[in-house]
Amino acid sequence: MIHIPILRQGKPYKSIDVNRAYHYRTGEQLAEISQANIGLIRRDLLKQGEMQAALQGFTTRELIALAKKAAKHFAEDELPLGDSMQSPDDIVKQITGTTGSPNVMVRRNMEKVRGVLDSMETVLSGLTRLPDLDMLDRGYGEIGGRALSFFPRGKSLGVILPSNSPGVHSLWAPAIAFKTPLILKPGGSEPWTPYRIAQAYIKAGVPPEAFGYYSTNHGGGGEILRQTGRGMLFGDVGAAKAWSGDPRIEIHGPGYSKVILADEGAKNWEKYIDLIADSIAQNSGRSCVNCSSVWTTANGKEIAEALAERFAKIAPRAEDDPEAAVAPFASPDIARRISAMIDQEMDGAVDLVEAKRGTPRVAEKDGCTYVLPAVVHVDKSHALANREFLFPYASVVQVSPEELPDCLGPTLVCTAITSDRALQQRLLANNHIGRLNFGPISTMKISWDQPHEGNLFDHLYARRAFQSVLETVA
Amino acid sequence: MSTANAPELAARVQASKEALDAHVREIIEWHFNPETGCPFWLNWAEKAGWDPRKEVHNYADLDKFGNFEDDWLRGGPVRRWVPKGYADKPVYVFETGGSTGVPKSRMQINDFRIDYEQFSTTLPDAAFPKGSDWLMLGPSGPRRLRLAVEHLAQHRGGIAFCVDLDPRWVIKLIKRGEIREAELYKQHCIDQALTILRANEVKCMFTTPKLLEALCEKIDLAKYGIKGVFCGGTEMTPQFHRFAVEELLGPDVYFAPTYGNTLMGLATHRAPAKEDNWAIIYYPPAPRALLEVVNPDNPLELVPYGATGRVRLTTLTKETFIPRFLERDECEREAPCDQYPWDGVRNVRPFSKFQKSVVEGVY
Repeated sequence: MIHIPILRQGKPYKSIDVNRAYHYRTGEQLAEISQANIGLIRRDLLKQGEMQAALQGFTTRELIALAKKAAKHFAEDELPLGDSMQSPDDIVKQITGTTGSPNVMVRRNMEKVRGVLDSMETVLSGLTRLPDLDMLDRGYGEIGGRALSFFPRGKSLGVILPSNSPGVHSLWAPAIAFKTPLILKPGGSEPWTPYRIAQAYIKAGVPPEAFGYYSTNHGGGGEILRQTGRGMLFGDVGAAKAWSGDPRIEIHGPGYSKVILADEGAKNWEKYIDLIADSIAQNSGRSCVNCSSVWTTANGKEIAEALAERFAKIAPRAEDDPEAAVAPFASPDIARRISAMIDQEMDGAVDLVEAKRGTPRVAEKDGCTYVLPAVVHVDKSHALANREFLFPYASVVQVSPEELPDCLGPTLVCTAITSDRALQQRLLANNHIGRLNFGPISTMKISWDQPHEGNLFDHLYARRAFQSVLETVA
Repeated sequence: MSTANAPELAARVQASKEALDAHVREIIEWHFNPETGCPFWLNWAEKAGWDPRKEVHNYADLDKFGNFEDDWLRGGPVRRWVPKGYADKPVYVFETGGSTGVPKSRMQINDFRIDYEQFSTTLPDAAFPKGSDWLMLGPSGPRRLRLAVEHLAQHRGGIAFCVDLDPRWVIKLIKRGEIREAELYKQHCIDQALTILRANEVKCMFTTPKLLEALCEKIDLAKYGIKGVFCGGTEMTPQFHRFAVEELLGPDVYFAPTYGNTLMGLATHRAPAKEDNWAIIYYPPAPRALLEVVNPDNPLELVPYGATGRVRLTTLTKETFIPRFLERDECEREAPCDQYPWDGVRNVRPFSKFQKSVVEGVY
């Protein structure tokens, strides 16, 4: 039996308390995961200064080089997993086993992690916008003759991870290159990826002391967020709300990402329908960067029908089928509850995909439960107009150009396909949009030189006023 | 964990059962005799229409009472619980719960002293030296624990230094989501403890798991001269047990985990053995109180040894009679052993069906 230990400054620790992870379909036990008691976490976090010191001896350039090596180890090597070793193929099967996510999606997310590690210099440049990353080592420098200085806001980054989306790991992985130790709480169903990233870094030469990995309960997660200098939380609406007033915590709740079509974009919608469908359904709709609503100034009904036509062809497939496009739910009960919630809120609307498919939204295949894609065509005041669910779901909402973007509300990623300059200006000025794509760019597409879903550098570092006349001191 | 052979242990178990049955007859006679019983139980028997003194002959017969309802302990007049036989004695009222609403009350004259004197015999003198002073880092106010620990210290020839700690306030803070305030309050308690430890020569202490963790974040107890820690008040997991012994205290400080409450008294832990893998195994202070593990769906049925069930308490003292009370805890049933030839409980934890609604504070 695979046992995933706690990592205490990189040292494995086997707890007496364990959680068990089971295969979503067969119920076979795949691993037991050591659970950290709160006192143990608190005691370890007294040593954050030591953890931070372990990274201070490295230059940013050195850490970037180690990240590049880690990318290779992550993607290609056997790495320690408790007392056993884990190959790249093993982790694909393991993630599929405990989350239900098909192999093809798991591989895509792994590639995303590899990509961020491999492209660390580009990522850091994108996040910092510094012409010279050596400034991070010196703590100060000049841009255009003006002095600039940064200091770390905390001694470590505590990260509370989700169970449902392995792709999010690319967001915190750069912290090491920012000389910030990681205190990770893995999601219950996805303990695999964060452990492997830590092992890949350690094999590359990053000091093990920089890593804490604590599978723990809700209280333990809260303690991590309270005790670490900076935090990152992935969670649902409730979890996000509980920490929303704490500026130390970067919250990644629902994304409510959107595609907007206006003027020529709305007129020529057929040209973009594949891109919209991909934004909605990639990764089985489980990412906060998945599009969950399409806002258009014309042809709303036609767009909704065309999406439904495409999505009606999506059917459950085997976990190792490269064409698998929808992931089953590890808990059938959750699948049914999500679907029932949508039905309860229809209020006269119709799931156009269900109508075209002719079978219910909740489907069973080989002992697995799926929620198949759903599309509704509703007006902007409908309860389902701006919602997000853990499967490929989208509303299509037709509005007048003047209503955009005020009608959108919080939007993590907004792809705007329009040549209306006035609308573009309004979008640029909108403070609810996290990432803005102009033109036909999938909401799922990440450019490593662009900060996405918050800026990790801004989160970990603050800028200070700085003046120096060092030559008089020498 | 038995060193006696099986027939010897069986004989001891049998002897303890016979002693328990005799004790039950004595307690029933006391509580249901109109000259000595308390108004509550005398009224209860009158309404029930049967005389326990005639119908209860042994421990098993206590099933006839059904399950004791803890709501009966809420509110006044509290004197309904004082046995007439003790009417002229000074009485204490100890409370449990009460962060919202009316707390449960237990009237006592000497029970807390008797329970803790009995518990004292289980403490190793090397770790809890006679004549040493104590720190009571636990709840103050109308809590039995406060006076009981002080009595334990005095009984062993020491003095107990105490802190101000209101657990009801902590629970209110946690329920309101004011975690930072709760943390500050905990630090306030720890500051009091540190002041005492720095100014006095204290060798023994009582504290709760969370306060022990918090205190050990500040100081090394062994360096401060602490020899033994008696810990209780809230749930302790095997992982906490190991963590406390291996990391919080180290090899020079003895750790005595206990399970207890105002209604029962104190269950003593069995000395840890390697094969127990840090399980915490408690034995109740029979015959004064018994802990049994019952089928949650049929509380009259004991589960087999090693099986999980709900904790059922029966308290049998001349001051308090509590038959068949279902605790809000679950555990595994543990077999009798040499030291305790009656049932024990293993790894007590909040009853899973209630778990979501249980809030535990700093203590």
